[in-house]
Amino acid sequence: MIEFLIGYVSKWAIPFLIFFIPVFAYIRGVNVYEVFIEGAEEGFKIAIKLIPYLVAMLVAIGIFRNSGAMAMSVEAIRPITEFLGIPGEVLPLAIMRPLSGGGALGITTELINTYGPDSFIGRLASTMQGSTDTTFFVLTVYFGSVGIRRYRHALWVGLLADVTTFLASIYIVTRIFA
Amino acid sequence: MINFIWLLLIVAGVIVATINGQPEVITDSALQAANLGVKYSFDLIGLMTFWLGIMRVGEKAGLVDVLAKIIKPFTKFLFPSIPENHPAMGSILLNLSANLLGLGNAATPFGLKAMQELQALNNGSDEASDAMVTFLALNTSCMTLVPATIIGVRVAAGSLNPTEIVGTTMFATFIGMTLALTSDRLFRFFSRRDKSK
Repeated sequence: MIEFLIGYVSKWAIPFLIFFIPVFAYIRGVNVYEVFIEGAEEGFKIAIKLIPYLVAMLVAIGIFRNSGAMAMSVEAIRPITEFLGIPGEVLPLAIMRPLSGGGALGITTELINTYGPDSFIGRLASTMQGSTDTTFFVLTVYFGSVGIRRYRHALWVGLLADVTTFLASIYIVTRIFA
Repeated sequence: MINFIWLLLIVAGVIVATINGQPEVITDSALQAANLGVKYSFDLIGLMTFWLGIMRVGEKAGLVDVLAKIIKPFTKFLFPSIPENHPAMGSILLNLSANLLGLGNAATPFGLKAMQELQALNNGSDEASDAMVTFLALNTSCMTLVPATIIGVRVAAGSLNPTEIVGTTMFATFIGMTLALTSDRLFRFFSRRDKSK
């Protein structure tokens, strides 16, 4: 029931906003068309401003991933995580998750298809994929759009949250399904 | 920090590719990733143009101010550095709601609009403000009610109960977000203390 309701809201939220905002504004005496154009002009500038930031970050991540350096770092920390009792199958996903959204989804899909969606690994991978966003990407896009180069502690906070979410996923999936 | 990580990713990649005797992997992935960055920006142009147009209409009608007022108690606590009823609050609320509903296409334009407004309060500095770091702490931990993409993957793989991971996902997100907000405050507190010494 709740799931149905949320799905319903998700589906109608955007059409509602696109209808409601201009109609309400028109009633309040706003020149809707002219004002729309005025705001829309900024969109191009912001999107284009992102290019150098995105290229810098995606190139570094691409090289790290495709060269095999990422797979090597997974192997390097595997003894530690195995000692802690963390299932090794999801380790590559944990490393990929903050770096590349598309890459992480690829690993998740592969895990789900290999182990089955209703297996422990399948459920764990699903939870890990859905419960956090791609930290490096979000920081690059959001800070890039306003020309921020010094992130202060934002990256630490994002990565700490990723590790916590990963551990929380293992805890809750074990608790609920095992 | 970001300089070091950026360099580390590249250096580690080049070393491993050299050991494996595959220098062409470096060239290929660099060019491919550079194109991907440009492609993402271009894909965003339409979305940004459209949503910023709609947002400006909403702003002129006073809707964004109304939103900002509604969530005042919540934002006063999370973003003490933003003046009361500032339009940034309206954009922040729209961004978080769109994330919550899993509307990624709308969440990014709302979020970037919020960043523009936060930057206006930041005196054009190239260093992140307190409010920005808190806002991105919320965004990187990404509270979503329905992780639609992953449910889709589970359906395609023939899951008997594709939505059974909604509860575990919300729990994990909630823990991650709580830690993000707490650690943000702690980092801020300790960096202030170091500076004032």
